[in-house]
Parts: sequence; C-alpha cells; structure tokens
Amino acid sequence: MKSLAELQAIRDKMQANLGLRHDEEDKTRIVVGMATCGIAAGARPVLSAFVDLIAQNNLTDVTVTQTGCIGICQYEPIVEVTIPGEEKVTYINMDADKAREVFEQHVERGVPIAKYALNTVMDK
Amino acid sequence: MYRSHVLVCGGTGCTSSGSEKLITALNEEIEKNGLSNEVQVVKTGCFGLCALGPIMIIYPEGSFYSMITTDDIPEIVSEHLLKGRVVERLIYNETITDDGIKSLNETDFYKKQKRVALRNCGVINPECIDEYIAYDGYAALGKVLTEMTPQEVIDTIKESELRGRGGGGFPAGVKWSLARANESDQKYVCCNADEGDPGAFMDRSVLEGDPHALLEAMAIAGYAIGADQGYVYVRAEYPIAVHRLQIAIDQANEYGLLGKNLFDTDFNFNVEIRLGAGAFVCGEETALITSIEGNRGEPKPRPPFPAQKGLFGKPTILNNVETYANIPQIILNGVDWFKSMGTEKSRGTKVFALGGKIHNTGLVEVPMGTTLRDIVEEIGGGIPDGKTFKAAQTGGPSGGCIPASHLDIPIDYDNLIEIGSMMGSGGLIVMDEDDCMVDIAKFFLEFTVEESCGKCVPCRIGTKRLYELLEKITSGNGVPEDLDRLVTLSEYIKQNSLCGLGQTAPNPVLSTLRYFRDEYEAHVNQQQCPAGVCQDLLQYEIIEDKCIGCTACARVCPADAITGKVKEPHIIDKDKCIKCGACVEKCRFSAIIVR
Repeated sequence: MKSLAELQAIRDKMQANLGLRHDEEDKTRIVVGMATCGIAAGARPVLSAFVDLIAQNNLTDVTVTQTGCIGICQYEPIVEVTIPGEEKVTYINMDADKAREVFEQHVERGVPIAKYALNTVMDK
Repeated sequence: MYRSHVLVCGGTGCTSSGSEKLITALNEEIEKNGLSNEVQVVKTGCFGLCALGPIMIIYPEGSFYSMITTDDIPEIVSEHLLKGRVVERLIYNETITDDGIKSLNETDFYKKQKRVALRNCGVINPECIDEYIAYDGYAALGKVLTEMTPQEVIDTIKESELRGRGGGGFPAGVKWSLARANESDQKYVCCNADEGDPGAFMDRSVLEGDPHALLEAMAIAGYAIGADQGYVYVRAEYPIAVHRLQIAIDQANEYGLLGKNLFDTDFNFNVEIRLGAGAFVCGEETALITSIEGNRGEPKPRPPFPAQKGLFGKPTILNNVETYANIPQIILNGVDWFKSMGTEKSRGTKVFALGGKIHNTGLVEVPMGTTLRDIVEEIGGGIPDGKTFKAAQTGGPSGGCIPASHLDIPIDYDNLIEIGSMMGSGGLIVMDEDDCMVDIAKFFLEFTVEESCGKCVPCRIGTKRLYELLEKITSGNGVPEDLDRLVTLSEYIKQNSLCGLGQTAPNPVLSTLRYFRDEYEAHVNQQQCPAGVCQDLLQYEIIEDKCIGCTACARVCPADAITGKVKEPHIIDKDKCIKCGACVEKCRFSAIIVR
C-alpha cells in the first residue's frame, strides 16, 4: 500500500458491493414481483437487468429486492420503484428492455415513465 | 454484483451448532436454482446472539433467521431467495410485530447496544481484507502515518481516556507514552488474546469477526511507540480465531498494510502469532511475556514494568484485543466522539459475554454506565422459567458477585470495584434462586487452585486452604468460626501474592460473604443449603400421608435405601441414601421432599 488514494480506491470499489447490507431509509428501492406468476411471465430477466445496470453504474444507493405476488397476476412482470420522499410507481408488463428504460429515466433521472405505469394503463 | 447477500455466522458458537454445514447446503441449493451469480453467501463473525445459533441474515431485506437447520435451506432458497417471500416461521420471533417484520436493530437485544469494538462482527467477511477496507479499514493507519506524529497519536489516545479492556482498566495512552519515553534499539507491541475467564469470549469474537482491526491498531501502536514487531498471544483453544488471524496477517502483508515502508513512509511493522497452551496465569502480563519468550509461563515481580523491560528485556506494550479494537475508531472519529460515550471516568463502550441463567446468551456491547438491570432484563431478556434474579458474577475468577440490590448501579470500572467486584475482561454470569452462593465461590476457587502457577506460596497454598474451607462448609462440617477464617485467609492471599491471579483469587469468596452472608450462616449454623445445591446438606424424606406405597421409588433407588411394603408408606434410610434424586423424579405423588 503506497498511498491513501490507493486505499480509497479499494474502499470505493467494495462499498458499491456492500451497500445493500444496510437498511437505510434514504435509498431508492426497486422491487420485482417474483412469485410463481411473476417468474412465469418473465420476471427473472427483468431482475437481472436491474442488477446488472446498478453494477455497471456503480450505484450504492439503490437496492433491488424481490417480493411475492401482489395480486394482479395478469400484469406481471411487475416492478415497483420507490424514490425516497416520492410516491411509489408501479410498472407492469415489464421486460428487460423496458427495465433499462425505467432505470435510465426514473431511477437515474427521477422522471417516472407514465406509459408503463399501472395507473396510466388501468385508466385507459 | 450480487443482488442479495446471505450472511451466515461463522463464530465459534454458531460453528459448533452447525453453520459450516449450512453454508455448504446453501451454496449447493443456490447453485441448483441457478442463483449463483445473484446471491452471495458470506461467512461472518459473531452476531452476538449465540443462544439462537446458527444465525443467518439475508440482505437487502435484513431478514434475521435463527436456529436454522440444513433441512430449512431448500425452503429459504426457493421461497426467500427465488421468490422473495420471507420464511416467517424461521424468523427470530422478536423481530415479528403486528405491522410485519421490524429491523433487527429495533429488537430488545440490539436496541440498547452500541457497537464499537464489535462494529464489523457479523457485518463483514473476516477473511476478506477488501470488505474491511470498505468499512474504513486501514484508513486510521493511513491517517497516522501520513498526517500525524507519533506523539500526536499518543496524545490522542491519552485524551480519549481509553482504559485497558482486559481487566485492570489502566489508561492505554499512559502505557504507550511510558514505552515511547524509554529509549531502545528495539521495542515490541504485544496483544493479549489469552482470554481465560470461564464463559468469556469477547476477544475471540473480535479475532474471528474482525481480525484486521486488531492488526491495524497494533501497527498504529507500533508507530506511536517506535516498534516494528508485534506479537499476538492467543490460546490454541481458539482454532477458528487463530486461522482467521493468520489469513488476515497474510492478506495485510500482501497488500503492503503490514511489512516494509507502509504508505510509502519509512515505517515497518510485522505481526506474528504466538500460541498459548491455555494456562490462565498467561493472561497476566509478565507471565504472558515470559511465555512468548519460550519459557514456562510464570509471573515476575514488577517493577520493572513491561514498558521499561518487557519482551526480551526491551520496552513493550501489552494491550488486550478489545482495547486495540477501539483504537482505529478513536483515530478516525476523534476524541470527542469517543468521550461522548460512557461515564466520566470510564469512556466508551464495553463488551460483555452474557451467560448463565439468562434468555439471550451471547455477546453484547453497551456504553459504559449502562445499568446491570438494562443488561440483564432488557438486552438479556431476563431469567428463564419465571425464576428470580439472585446475583450477577462479573470479572470471572478475579471478580465478584453483584446482588439484586445493586442492579441499578451504572457499570463502570470504579463502581464495580466499589461494590467488591471488578470489570475483568467482561464475563457476566447471571445466577438465579437455584444457585448456592457458597457453591459458586467454591467453583471459582477450584478454578484458581488448578490454575495457580505455583511460583508463590500465598497463592499456591493459600487458595488450596481456602478451597478446603469452602469444601468443609458445603459438606456440612463447617463451624461458625470458619467464616472469620475465610476472611482472614482471603486478606492474606490478596496482600501477599505475586501477581494478579493470587491478588484477586479470593474476590469471589469475599464478595459472596459480603452480600450473601446469610447463606454461609445457614450452611455453618443449621447445616442447610437454602438453594438446595450442596448435596451433602440435603435430606430426602418421604411424607407418610402422601405415600401410597406404589414402590416406584424403591425400585428406582440405586442404593436400595428405600424400604417398605406395598400399599404402605415407605421410608428412606438416610445412611444408605446417596442423594441422587432419582426417587423424587419417579414419585408421582410429590411424597418425597428435599430439605
């Protein structure tokens, strides 16, 4: 170890991986429905897409969690995105490409994508 | 990048309840479900709740699973890890509330704790230096080497008023400055990891859960006093701790965090492990140093103190594991942060190993000044089976018993000494109404008699005679004068023994005599043991009115001490009775009483 900067580099790299061991309130939560209905509808590629995107972008303040069936199985795969201090947005009929869009628009820039959201679709 | 981390406790407690097998089963099951790239299984150090082992926490949910068996693994993997449904039947029930599952930190066990020395235990993988670095590891070493002079380091530790966590409570900064002031071509930094008190395992947990913290602190100490060599003296009975410490040393050497020219300065520091054979006296500093030198572990008179002439005759500092574990935190967070915890004369936190008659057996870290009542009733979850608290024993064989009347005393070094006990290394054994205090004193004396190294007469012979007196009392042969003899002999041993072992050995006797004299008096005056523990004082009798003459007791008695005709009250022959209690267990009519 030659310098503090070298130590800091290891620290930063590792912190991205260990971030999810703290349950803090100020994190963005992405919840993917992973009950039998969700898995059958293709939730796994959606989940993997989010995990990969977070890793690629080195984000420490975003966690991906699964959840069970929330009761509207025909709209699976379902993804809920909660940014601290804002309303939860529920996205339906997701796939890996849509997940990427949601990640880029909503998670990173804070702009929900209305056309994929549950309330928009249901109001039609 | 993993989306989920499964932390499994790999401390000694959970390892003996089978956590290694769990990890194997988990990995197999995760592989089978194709989750290997998503879920990471991490073996950590002790979480503290050893009574509920094996313990497992799954993040990001933070679900706390307790008492897991390999049979539960497929369910956990398929439900929780695959489908995201928490397996509620396996969740630690303290975390389950009407509003769902609450965070572990909100449970009674963790709520009042403040984790400084144990901050990484149960959080990081102790066999991975990168994880330690992620939690600010080695940042304190980097800071002192690049920004501080050795004198500044010593001043910081002095100002923090950190006192030795091994028992005596000597200010660490003062010890360091003495060693720094002594000029020498070679100095040493030693760590006392020879944790010998029965029931104490604080140091083991730090070694197993966060070994790098110790190495970092020792390097800081080396820089402060001008030493380039460190030794960790750890008992061979701690195989997991020794193994992980060696891994940590190797990793630190590989990263250049131990070795030569650390952080591009001219500071060098090496650490080696020295294994102890488990003699209690080797926890005493002069005996420990003699043992590292390769000699029989026996104490030496002080002065000279180790800071003047220690290991191989060179200035040496010797601190306990828990003391070192505080050092990097003090450097990083500052003196004011550290002094904000604890009491006026005892700053910071203390780790206690909770054991005995208590719900949550395990390891807790609380700010100094926390009351015994908080530790026993809230964190410890109280006494099982609705029994009442009688006393808490602190300080192991060197300490004493604290009675219920002192439950509200804030625990710190000075208060404990005032009430006749001591902090010791932090063992805390809880006793209830079924424990006989004379018997407890005898238990600890038996330990010191065996562990006395034999070098000085007051300890070698004195403790033996003291033990014999207690034996006489518990066997029903005691006389009232024996109580005075106990006190006289105890005082003599305390005043004349060579080292801490002998000087403190009578403490269990003196403190129980002070608070539970009535129990001693019952033994010597009425030849009775109020708690019903001392076998020789017990009398088994059959109540004539209750006995229906079923002969069950007579048939089970191994000594043929019970006689009587069928359907007629039986009688116990007291001369033949060996007081095994088999008849009491067998009798369905509560006709046999013990007194």
